[in-house]
Amino acid sequence: MHYKEFRYRKLKEFFRAVKNNKMALFGSVTLMFFLLVAVFGPILMPFSTLDFGNVEDILLPPSGDHLLGTDDMGRDILANLISGSRISLLIGIMATLISMIIGCVIGIVSGYFGKRIDQLLMRFTDFFLVIPWLPLMMVLAAVLGTNIWNIIFVIGITSWAGTARIVRAQTLSVKERQFVERTISLGAGSKHIMLHHILPNVFPLVFANTVLVASIAIVSETTLSFLGLGDPSQASWGMMLHYAFESGAASAGAYWYYLPPGFCVVAVVLSFTLMGYAFDEILNPKLKGR
Amino acid sequence: MKKRSLIQKSIYAVITIFAVLVFNYLLFRVLPGDPLSMMMRNPKATPEMIEGMRQLFGLDQPWYVQLYLYFKNLLAGDLGMSFYFKQPVSSVIGARIMPTIIMVGLAEVVAIFAGIIIGLIAAWKRGTRIDVATLGFSLVTYSMPTFWLGMVIVVVFSVNLHLFPTSGILTPGMTYQTTGAMVADYIRHLILPTLTMSIVLIGEYALTMRNTLTDVLSEDYITTAKAKGFDNKYILRKHALPNAMLPMVTLIAINLGLVVGGTVQVETVFSWPGLGSLMYEALRARDYPLLQGVFLLVTVSVVVANFIADITYSYIDPRVKE
Repeated sequence: MHYKEFRYRKLKEFFRAVKNNKMALFGSVTLMFFLLVAVFGPILMPFSTLDFGNVEDILLPPSGDHLLGTDDMGRDILANLISGSRISLLIGIMATLISMIIGCVIGIVSGYFGKRIDQLLMRFTDFFLVIPWLPLMMVLAAVLGTNIWNIIFVIGITSWAGTARIVRAQTLSVKERQFVERTISLGAGSKHIMLHHILPNVFPLVFANTVLVASIAIVSETTLSFLGLGDPSQASWGMMLHYAFESGAASAGAYWYYLPPGFCVVAVVLSFTLMGYAFDEILNPKLKGR
Repeated sequence: MKKRSLIQKSIYAVITIFAVLVFNYLLFRVLPGDPLSMMMRNPKATPEMIEGMRQLFGLDQPWYVQLYLYFKNLLAGDLGMSFYFKQPVSSVIGARIMPTIIMVGLAEVVAIFAGIIIGLIAAWKRGTRIDVATLGFSLVTYSMPTFWLGMVIVVVFSVNLHLFPTSGILTPGMTYQTTGAMVADYIRHLILPTLTMSIVLIGEYALTMRNTLTDVLSEDYITTAKAKGFDNKYILRKHALPNAMLPMVTLIAINLGLVVGGTVQVETVFSWPGLGSLMYEALRARDYPLLQGVFLLVTVSVVVANFIADITYSYIDPRVKE
């Protein structure tokens, strides 16, 4: 099991004990806020983010002109944050989508066919589970080259293993149910059964897992960008933190530069985690009453 | 543990390591551009070095000869030359192992102790504010990028409070009168990276401790112990804790992946000269042989550690069913 998911499970146990629905509410409201900012960003943005400022605009502390100050290029931080939200969320969501598709296909095929295919695919899955994720992503991103699509691909291809495990387990139980047997006796093919009967039954579990993978994807993007593997032309939150560190602005005490992007990442990831819990409870009836 | 499952687990571990090696081989050969042209992109790579690589890995030979040479060199511990350091990869890596082991080892010890104590208190005071605060702490550290935590810690403790040095392992240009003075300087540099790494881990350990302890406390033998009239502290120490500690073994192994990722980030932020920052330097310099070498070492170590933990666990907890 991916250690992030392992921890998440324990967080869930904890949640169950605490039973605080305010947390789930906080998660959904915060996430909604960031999604709205990302979608309507260009309308809200007071400055054109790509405009470099003059020398006297460099690293200005927060003021009336620049609510969150300026960066080492004299750009407005708030405007950067808003445009960064689009890139960070886009990368997170796209990578999650890839991860979900791979996880579902491998999980369902593995669980449905069983035997040799199952063994082979699960060995393959274990391989991805055991390899430390960050070095793997670093090596892949370094070889593929740094642009936004490669980053999405790299995150997606390294984070599906946990999903595949969950989907496989669920498939194993779904395929034993009577309606699947009946469908087989009616002459349905494997593809039809997997797509129309197993997938819809597996989906609730996958949905809750999606939210968790999204939180991992966003942390991954931030980390990869920080390590210099981000797309230089796309100023995500991670890229902002990368520049804040590389330019020495962070250690020079420009708190307005390195704090806000970090807070945004924490807020979004936290929201995803809280939402994941809420989904799990709503969509996965097994958890109820525990 | 049954002998059969031991053999099976060993085979799986060997297969995984083999897969890692083949993956490493393919990564730099199958993807667009052959390894030589990729290495030539690096301005630090001299023609002699590239010729050396060609010879060493037989890059002008058919693939099966290359695969054979790759494994042969690997077994001999020859990972090629680092472009950036102009030294064999194996000796560059060798010099960086100790700082990482010291930093990560210390952080693990601190995190395990702190995690156990916090988890214990949370489990004991279930549902109180302390319990909720533990959850909050765990959630926030879970959501936080490790490098960012490191940046915040540097600014607060080094830049603002001037308590500790910002980076490195020893103060540059310093001459030490005694060994003790050098050790003291080393420790001053060690504290902040260790603190960052520990914070990342504590939440996890505290959560596990709290949850398993809660489970254990509801077991029948705890009720029995209470009925016998033992006091709470005694029950906690002698009956509950030893059983609640078992999952920690697995946890530390599962966590190794997280620790490796965290090490890269923490060492980069603090310029701690270990394997993590070496990986970052190799990445920055596009020093592919070095990057490959560190990746290989780190990955194989994690696989082996997981395997060892897996076996240890079934020895210390006979309830584990195969």
